[in-house]
Amino acid sequence: MANRAFGVINSAPNFIRVEGLHDYRPIGAFSFLGRYRVIDFPISNMSNSGIDKIHVYLNSRPRSIVEHIGSGRHYNINSKRGSLQMMFTQNNGASSIYNTDINSFMENIEQIERTSQDYVVIAPSYMVYKQDLNALLDFHEATGTDITIMYHKVDQAKDYYRGCNVVNLNKQKGVESLERNMGTAKEKNICMDTYVMSKELFIYLIKRAKNESSAYSFADMINLACHDMDVRGYLHKGYFAAITSLDDFYRANIELLDYNIASELFRPGWQIYTKTTDACPSKYFSGSRVNNSMICNGCLIEGTVENSIIGRNVHIGKDAVIRDSIILSYSDIADGVKVERAVVDKWVKIKKLKAITSNGVTPAYVKRNDIL
Amino acid sequence: MAQTNMLAMILAGGRGSRLHELTNKVAKPAVSYGGKYRIIDFPLSNCANSGIDIVGVLTQYESVLLNSYVAAGGRWGLDTRDSGVFVLTPREKADSGLDVYRGTADAISQNIDFIDNYDPEYLLVLSGDHIYKMNYAKMLAFHKEHNADATIAVIGVPMKEASRFGIMNTDEEKRIVEFEEKPAKPKSNLASMGIYIFKWKLMRKMLIEDMKNPDSSHDFGKDFIPVMLEEGKSLYAYEFSGYWKDVGTIDSLWEANMDLLDSNELDLDDSSWKIYTEDVASLPAYIGPKARVDRAYMSQGVSVEGQVTNSVLFTNAKVAAGAKIIDSVLMPGAVVEEGATVTRALVADNVKIGKNATVGNKKSEEILLVAKNVKGEDK
Repeated sequence: MANRAFGVINSAPNFIRVEGLHDYRPIGAFSFLGRYRVIDFPISNMSNSGIDKIHVYLNSRPRSIVEHIGSGRHYNINSKRGSLQMMFTQNNGASSIYNTDINSFMENIEQIERTSQDYVVIAPSYMVYKQDLNALLDFHEATGTDITIMYHKVDQAKDYYRGCNVVNLNKQKGVESLERNMGTAKEKNICMDTYVMSKELFIYLIKRAKNESSAYSFADMINLACHDMDVRGYLHKGYFAAITSLDDFYRANIELLDYNIASELFRPGWQIYTKTTDACPSKYFSGSRVNNSMICNGCLIEGTVENSIIGRNVHIGKDAVIRDSIILSYSDIADGVKVERAVVDKWVKIKKLKAITSNGVTPAYVKRNDIL
Repeated sequence: MAQTNMLAMILAGGRGSRLHELTNKVAKPAVSYGGKYRIIDFPLSNCANSGIDIVGVLTQYESVLLNSYVAAGGRWGLDTRDSGVFVLTPREKADSGLDVYRGTADAISQNIDFIDNYDPEYLLVLSGDHIYKMNYAKMLAFHKEHNADATIAVIGVPMKEASRFGIMNTDEEKRIVEFEEKPAKPKSNLASMGIYIFKWKLMRKMLIEDMKNPDSSHDFGKDFIPVMLEEGKSLYAYEFSGYWKDVGTIDSLWEANMDLLDSNELDLDDSSWKIYTEDVASLPAYIGPKARVDRAYMSQGVSVEGQVTNSVLFTNAKVAAGAKIIDSVLMPGAVVEEGATVTRALVADNVKIGKNATVGNKKSEEILLVAKNVKGEDK
């Protein structure tokens, strides 16, 4: 079972930019629900599905992901028989149009060719979902198709999922094409950038890209393959988020304050692994008020927290009010400060500015290390 | 070893029978404490943070869980090539039959072969059931500075309580002149913490003599230390100040947990001396829309829809809507269902308190241990 497929974790396409947060790390390294990073989800899906040979492709700013993944032991990857390899690229600048996933696969093609598995499962490091990949592999084998694409039916494609691809399906669930979501309709089948194919076909598509365009991404190659190969869709059910903008990031987190949705994503028996920081439990002081929120370990809560997500080792001062916000780890909100509809990055100290709020649709963003 | 040339042995043999049902299935050092830890995380983390790489854990009671727990030395960073945590239970040897550990000193004697493998200069002997943070490297520096044969860590206790402890009487240089076990009229308030550093060569010789002595009960406090004093060896008292608690009873275990609601010297928040433990995958703490939390210490994985007042909730404890937790400790995975009330109680791991049940009493002097599921009732 475990040896049927190897895993590839792919970065977000280079045209996706998440305001603020993205200046400091790739999307895979974004904090999620306070204690996770987005990349924990695809790696845990693979680990839980028995895939223990995993390539993680890092196209830019690799430091935070390298630090987070480390030996990979916390993902329960067998350290003798399996491996969690980080794949770097050397040849292109981070924002260059040539810095594509195809380029990073090409630079590491030797490693891909050396894998011994028949299939590859490719999953993105900028999406959050839970999926037993064996079910996907079983589907792929049973249908005998060339490529299986996992997709999710959404009804908010106008406002969210910008930058994602849409899967155009025929009645037999055959995929006719992939195209960029331009927000033209509410209901769309969003491509989850999750594919199953044979290792040979994967290598063929990477190499074929050279004859098409140097700026082509792997999704472009899949789109081309739709014309002359058998490509089928596999409908995903359950929680799904694509972190392609600050709005999407914010919504994806806040949505999980519904404990039923969160419990489905984090059900027992399908652990989402992450790196521990050995933070102690959190202390809630007399006079604090916390409602409808998720609080990570190591926090000192003296004030009021509502509809918010508080990362590790955060201090919320007396009479401070945090509402509809996401506070990332190690930040310090001083006594009496009010934060509403905001994303506060790591290591921020808010003391002098008495109120932070957003009037628009997009939440306010406070930069990493800022002192306000 | 590379840093300290000292090997540590943790005495974790005790059944801890005063903790009643809590230790029916696990040894006392494996009992949960502080929202996410087990008691033995403290000496193990102290060792790791003090630069001690080899730790033997001596146990003979319900060692299965303890064994599997400490064997994963990586949790405390004790898993590099030259380090490790080893559970040492009594075993049959070529020259002797299988024998239980007859006393604390005997537990070390029976593992002389294990210690010899590492050829340490110093041996640190610890107790597995105390909550404290201590840098053993500092104690070793003191030991070396005084060229002591043995150094015993002591802590000042209130004079009126001194008769409950083993008391060290010292001279001005901190040299121990007399040791009195639970003296009726204590001459000092320096209580032994059960933490010893020995010169291994000398200790090894004396342990072999102790093994042969038919009159000895092979105990550190009763036999080994008094013999050292009799023979005029140099024993020094290393004075520790800070948080230290023996969690031998349900009341003291509850109290030690409650201490975390106040700021105290234990300071688990200190990132320079972290206490490491098993890494459990769970969501952050979830506090529901109608929940009320007032003075609490809670770990990740808890979910609170009801009311929590002045209480400590361990990983994955659940409090349903309408339930009330007052002055209580909910251990890992404990579940309190709708409308139930828990007051002045310690609810053991994975125990379920059913709907509308009431456990504990506000006026009770003693803390109630709830170690079995409590049936609920529909109103």
